[in-house]
Amino acid sequence: MSSAVETTSRPSRRKQPRSALARLVSDPMGAFGLALIVFTVVAALLADLAPFAPAKINPVDRFSVPSALHWLGTDNLGRDLFSRVLHGARIALAISIGATLLSLVVGLLLGVVAGFGPRWLDSLLLLVMDAMKSVPTVMLALLLITYTGPSLWAVVLVVVLVNGPGYARITRTQVLALRNAEFIEAERALGARFFRIVAFHIMPNILGPLLIMAAMDIPVVVGIEAGLSFLGMGVRPPTPSWGTILFDGFSYIRDSIWMVVAGGLPIVITALGFTFLGEALRDTFDPKLAQR
Amino acid sequence: MLSYLARRVTLSITVVLVVVAAMFVMMHAVPGDAVRTALGPRASEVMVEAYRFKMGLDQPVIVQISRYFGAIMRGDLGNDAISGQPVLQIILSQLPDTLYLIAGAMLVAVLPGIYLGVTSATHRGGVFDRITSVLSVSVMAVPSFVIAIYLLLFFAIRLGWFPAIGAGETFAEKMHRLVLPSIALGLAWIGYLARILRASMLEVMAENHVRTARAFGISRNRIMYDYVLRIAILPTITVLGMGVGQMISGAVFAEIVFGRPGIGKLVYDAIANRNYPIVTGTVLLTTVFFVMVNLIADLLIAALDPRVRNVISR
Repeated sequence: MSSAVETTSRPSRRKQPRSALARLVSDPMGAFGLALIVFTVVAALLADLAPFAPAKINPVDRFSVPSALHWLGTDNLGRDLFSRVLHGARIALAISIGATLLSLVVGLLLGVVAGFGPRWLDSLLLLVMDAMKSVPTVMLALLLITYTGPSLWAVVLVVVLVNGPGYARITRTQVLALRNAEFIEAERALGARFFRIVAFHIMPNILGPLLIMAAMDIPVVVGIEAGLSFLGMGVRPPTPSWGTILFDGFSYIRDSIWMVVAGGLPIVITALGFTFLGEALRDTFDPKLAQR
Repeated sequence: MLSYLARRVTLSITVVLVVVAAMFVMMHAVPGDAVRTALGPRASEVMVEAYRFKMGLDQPVIVQISRYFGAIMRGDLGNDAISGQPVLQIILSQLPDTLYLIAGAMLVAVLPGIYLGVTSATHRGGVFDRITSVLSVSVMAVPSFVIAIYLLLFFAIRLGWFPAIGAGETFAEKMHRLVLPSIALGLAWIGYLARILRASMLEVMAENHVRTARAFGISRNRIMYDYVLRIAILPTITVLGMGVGQMISGAVFAEIVFGRPGIGKLVYDAIANRNYPIVTGTVLLTTVFFVMVNLIADLLIAALDPRVRNVISR
């Protein structure tokens, strides 16, 4: 009898829901993505321990190849590329995560306004969002930066304008689907206020998909930041950004390959890390997609 | 179908009008004096006033906005701040090079994308499917300008197989110089297409008409190409339509990295020279182009897919 209980209980123990992190890490793509992100975050955290100041110029040591002193070599001004890449990780992560979260908040607010607001406001917001989606991303960025001037905040503004409408659309759709649901009607009948309904009933239903979408947007934002800095329209020198390192490398590509390697590889690693993690998050936590 | 066409065209025109309005607001709402920014810090007061008068900026806002819309409707995007030539003429002279690049990128993306998507769907869960899935995600994640620089480094500078810069004079030269930028721009789209097509094929493969065809004993290949792919390929038209917008963005980088002429290079140089009419004109024209491509893609889907057509007609 006891053996029968044992044999039947084993599989059911296996089926018990595991923690979110364990489910994520059991997916090889998720585990690899997480490892790449941890690697980038550690690099950013250790930037203060970098062997050289990122802007320290040393003309005698220009274009040196990787060595024990300069792990990734030096650039056209003799600056240590390894130190610049570590400091660049801070900029890349701060902008990509910060700007993505800001886009999410702006999109969430717009989506709630569109979903709960009068029909004319909903239509107007949809039209504006469609119009923004119709301008090619880089063109929109270049137009904005032409008028605002290049800066870190201009990059953040571009990201919010490019990604915000996506979050707003998802929020709006969910709000429209939920606002007349029975449990919301019941809350309303009990006298719940608008903010309570949004905070306690709408948010929990939409935050999950939005966060998965945010994880998948981060690599895009890493690309936008690096791309605009590459064009000289993002982070201003001497602040080290992977995009500016890559542009310097491109300008001196015939003199040294190490600047291109140092600027490009971190972009590839971070973009792959967040993309793999985003894919794994979606596959793990979106049951509809997981069934495919 | 006609009412759908009218609705889609109206929406497209409205979207373009909203973009034009937003551009006007942006030009007038930015902090600081746009004229002083355009002319630079050394401009005298007389120069500033003359420029203000010439551009109509001394008029009330309502007059300015009606003039702005009126001029755009007539195809007048203003004059180049440096050469004085009409902006539209300058942009149109650069457009073909960008269109060749986008066409090249499409060519790079479409055939491998379709092959990988179909094969992944038919070998679902197998090694090929898994490898394709990881590779698709990887090429989609890496920004096209990083790919462009690495292609330039290895194939043009290290190996010398392709010229590093320029668009070429003769047809053969043009094609040769189009290879690397097209790969840089199209590589990510192999991944997008493969993924979309795989998902779409799996959906169609589960439909009743495919099961019926299988029950009739029709060969596997015929079912795949005649019954599944014919329907499953339709969503890729929408994706490619959307892709044109991203390719215009990518073209800016590809043109800079490979030193090619085109509207991306034009707008980049215009920003460096504070040539605002060129910047706004290019943004507007690329937006119109993008909206038109999406409109055509939507209409094409409606024309090709009887199911979509029936939903629209209802």
